[in-house]
Amino acid sequence: MSALKIKKGATSHSAYNLRPNFSDVIERHTLAVLVENEPGVLARVIGLFSGRGYNIDSLTVAEVDHTGHLSRITIVTSGTPQVIEQIKAQLGRIVPVHEVNDLTVEGPVVERELAMFKVSGTGEKRVEALRLADIFRANVVDSTLETFVFEITGAPEKIDAFAELMRPLGLVSVARTGVAALSRGD
Amino acid sequence: MTRKMTGAKMIVQALIDQGVDTVFGYPGGAVLPIYDEVFQQNSIKHVLVRHEQGAVHAAEGYARSTGKPGVVLVTSGPGATNAVTGLTDALLDSIPLVVLTGQVPTFMIGSDAFQEADTVGITRPCTKHNWLVKETDKLGAVLHEAFHVATSGRPGPVLVDIPKDVQFATGQYTPKKPSTSHYQPPVKGDMTEITALVEAIESAKRPVFYTGGGVINSGPAASQLLRELVEATGFPITSTLMGLGSYPASGDKWLGMLGMHGLYEANMAMHDCDLMINIGARFDDRITGVVDLFSPKSKKAHIDIDPSSINKIIRVDIPIVGDVGHVLEDLLKVWKSRGRKTNSDAVAKWWKQIEEWRNVDCLKFEQTGKIIKPQYALSRLEALTKDHDRYITTEVGQHQMWAAQYLNFEDPNRWMTSGGLGTMGYGFPASIGVQMAHPDALVINVAGEASWLMNMQEMGTAMQYGLPVKQFILNNERLGMVRQWQELLHGERYSQSWSESLPDFVKLAEAFGAKGIICSDPDDLDDAILEMLNYDGPVIFDCLVEKHENCFPMIPSGKAHNDMMLAGAGTQGVIDAKGSVLV
Repeated sequence: MSALKIKKGATSHSAYNLRPNFSDVIERHTLAVLVENEPGVLARVIGLFSGRGYNIDSLTVAEVDHTGHLSRITIVTSGTPQVIEQIKAQLGRIVPVHEVNDLTVEGPVVERELAMFKVSGTGEKRVEALRLADIFRANVVDSTLETFVFEITGAPEKIDAFAELMRPLGLVSVARTGVAALSRGD
Repeated sequence: MTRKMTGAKMIVQALIDQGVDTVFGYPGGAVLPIYDEVFQQNSIKHVLVRHEQGAVHAAEGYARSTGKPGVVLVTSGPGATNAVTGLTDALLDSIPLVVLTGQVPTFMIGSDAFQEADTVGITRPCTKHNWLVKETDKLGAVLHEAFHVATSGRPGPVLVDIPKDVQFATGQYTPKKPSTSHYQPPVKGDMTEITALVEAIESAKRPVFYTGGGVINSGPAASQLLRELVEATGFPITSTLMGLGSYPASGDKWLGMLGMHGLYEANMAMHDCDLMINIGARFDDRITGVVDLFSPKSKKAHIDIDPSSINKIIRVDIPIVGDVGHVLEDLLKVWKSRGRKTNSDAVAKWWKQIEEWRNVDCLKFEQTGKIIKPQYALSRLEALTKDHDRYITTEVGQHQMWAAQYLNFEDPNRWMTSGGLGTMGYGFPASIGVQMAHPDALVINVAGEASWLMNMQEMGTAMQYGLPVKQFILNNERLGMVRQWQELLHGERYSQSWSESLPDFVKLAEAFGAKGIICSDPDDLDDAILEMLNYDGPVIFDCLVEKHENCFPMIPSGKAHNDMMLAGAGTQGVIDAKGSVLV
């Protein structure tokens, strides 16, 4: 289908077909799905994942082309190579889906996520939190005498690492945007 | 050129512009403006069903027997929810439908208004696509797009939800024009893969064609090309339930249906082949049996218009995404240009093996005694109707499998059955849809008494429109397939699988003004069938058959194709614990 961005020869050129057989290895893939920005389109994508039992590790969506009425949904999902291929083909079948790109197989990719952390504490812990935030290049966007709100941008792994460090230092709450991703180069 | 008109008028105009001649529907509050327009025109015939589920199945019957999209018009709320089973049925069997539903006015949406339901939300997973139209100006374009989506690529049902104020308001009508939609699934297959398949055909020693509903959906030309390919190569051919008729049952390359209740020779050929050419089928679980043991020695090619069908269940070696007709045309061209080669010596040997399997005669049965065997009833029905211009619909269960085994289909679009969803209650309304499309043809619904009762209210529809549909009920007073599985799997504890308090079908027919026939003696069967055929009007034929007959051959759950149960086999302990969790 035109929506599925697999070049001539269809699925025979997909990464899945390079493998000898159905593999059990769980892989993590980042998919970029360009969709018509119409009512219900996000529900179609989410309904596909829940209805067919696929995983969503992260999902972000926003309009990226106002005049063209297009939104970009970035989905991080995990599954066996066969399941990943199915997810892409099933996404390609949705009528308002224009393009499905598997950033993970299409080459190097930049992934970024924004997160905010509220950390509460006094004394040594408070100083330590601020020091670590500096090392992670997190910004303080709000402060009281007992709390900080840090803003941090980076790959999901960096944000996970920062969260681990903040936990013993009085982490109160976290808000994460989910992954935005683009392929590198042209 | 655009014209101004009300939304309701636009709907009728769009249907006319799309060439629609028949609509199946049921009125209600939220579609009254549309029904008012239906009243004031003569281009489109409206068939008033007795239940919205019936409308959708009738439209499916119409679509399957004509190749054109079926059209349904129902009201909001319960009208829409009653259509859900039919939509799901059409989605699983890839039947093009355009379903129009009324909706409460836009300013009341979300207020739990009378007969309000979130129709696009409810039907999102059971349609190919759906729309809620909130502006009258957009209605024309959406309706034309709906027909485009329903019939392009892999066909399927679409739904357009139209609030009542949108029907009343006046707007610009967008006439039908060539689609500018981004949705344009490619129909041509990749030539590299097609050439790879030709090479495989040239060298195959034990090839088999495994065809499905995709051949029929592709249109009559695809069936013609398939016949040409089969005759030219001399390869054996089997088909799924959905594909019956694309290759004629009288053809000498025909192995019969494959799958759970498929023929022995078909399943054995699938298991032992070295080249499997899947044309428009989807490796459904009724076909593959247990996947790990499925056709272990074969190279597999798969032609399908839906990329998601490829490698979904079975990994294939030669995937070809495209429309069956287009791909077969290219395939034949390439194969002919390379000298029409096959490994004929090896294929002749393969046929010898297949003849041995055929000699098992897996459909044999003995009609002894004074009780009609269901197999005998269908054999006689076949013999007495095969020369008619005949269309068959079925309900779901044992009778459906026996019909697939004992009736022969020479042409596509002659066999309407609920394959993927297995919807009891499908066959009767479907027969009404078929008869509407083919008023002079013989339309028979082969039914079981339990399935038939699920949509028996449509007798009113058949009578109202003078549709001479023949309801051939194999009455075993059981939910036969459920009973068979309870015998196989649950120690013969027949929980809730008998049909208690059945009506007198003859009196039931007469109550509607139709003809009722009852037959219980094999010696009377031919005369009774002829009486049914000669009657000009709807008939309910109550054929009392053997109550405990099992449907064989059968691949038990969790077994491979070469591990079939044949008639007369012991039924206890054949399915192990692992197989018993499968359906």
